[in-house]
Amino acid sequence: MVEFALPANSRVQPGKVHKAPAGARNVKVFKIYRYDPDSGDNPRLDSYEVDLDACGPMVLDALLKIKNEIDSTLTFRRSCREGICGSCAMNIDGTNTLACLKPIEDIKGDARVYPLPHMPVVKDLIPDLTVPYAQLASVKPWLQSQTPPPPDSERLQSPEEREKLDGLWECILCFCCQTSCPSYWWNGDRYLGPAVLLQAARWIHDSRDEMTGERLDALEDPFKLYRCHTIMNCTKTCPKGLNPAKAIGSIKEKILERRS
Amino acid sequence: MTLRSPIGRARGLGSAKEGAGDAWATIVTAVALVPLSLWFVISIIGLAGADYATFTGWLARPLNATLMVLTVLTVLYHAQLGVKMVVEDYVHGAAAKVALLIGTKLVAAFLAVYMAVSVLKVAVGV
Repeated sequence: MVEFALPANSRVQPGKVHKAPAGARNVKVFKIYRYDPDSGDNPRLDSYEVDLDACGPMVLDALLKIKNEIDSTLTFRRSCREGICGSCAMNIDGTNTLACLKPIEDIKGDARVYPLPHMPVVKDLIPDLTVPYAQLASVKPWLQSQTPPPPDSERLQSPEEREKLDGLWECILCFCCQTSCPSYWWNGDRYLGPAVLLQAARWIHDSRDEMTGERLDALEDPFKLYRCHTIMNCTKTCPKGLNPAKAIGSIKEKILERRS
Repeated sequence: MTLRSPIGRARGLGSAKEGAGDAWATIVTAVALVPLSLWFVISIIGLAGADYATFTGWLARPLNATLMVLTVLTVLYHAQLGVKMVVEDYVHGAAAKVALLIGTKLVAAFLAVYMAVSVLKVAVGV
């Protein structure tokens, strides 16, 4: 059965408090999930008081300030700091988003920062995304065609055909949507999840791809595709403003289209 | 614990090549239930306070009996699809899942036939 409570060794305990330096006037408290697999201890919620007068505007700026100046053991992924790499996806103020795109001023009260939900935690804010990456590979997210490419040019697409990929190609694979989906929480081993299905849709709707039927065959499954119940958490949480639920709906439409 | 490769886990048992049938049936029965539910609610409100003879007289009319049988069958078909979805979502033990999926179908089938026979009994008057 689905478990609604965390296992005993995953329950979050109160953690350490790191006080702001004397003289700080614009203090914001960041409550951050900490977990060290080597310690054998339960996860804990550490509090860091950060002087916002000496900090950049985004949550990622605060995390970097904490790591650089307060506690170098805090562990998280980050790279581009401008919302294009997807590395700093985490649960901030109750919503999955990118730390680099989330303004601190949008958070009322203490800023609570957790790793992406319902994934095994490697350390602190780093989830183990091995299974979603493998699920992505399983839908073969690349162009498949029997027609050989033209010898002296690229494969052509009309502007109308290219337009069908808008809202799909922009996905950066941060997995905010994937880990916000209750269906994925309960059946993540069998349901492919919104991020992976959006990628599948991106190739199903690509006019240059010639394996549409095989792609639909591979998806037509009560669990791989039809666990989506249009809950819409994916669309609500996407930091890039995409609509995975609509993309999944478009796959279901294609499957119905070929049946009658 | 599993040492199976991630891609092996992701590919799993492969595609069942079905699922669209249930999804389509859910949509069709939901659409059918819009007029049927409206008819049912409006009719029952109209019959509020009526005595038994008036009610059975109303149900015995061919159009009312037909719509009532259709409502009963559509509701139960839609309901068992919904319960099946809930079981598949939340029940992960193989034995419990199979028992619930079979039980749901049998209970729905029994209720559908029982209700349809009851309506027909009133309609035919035997």
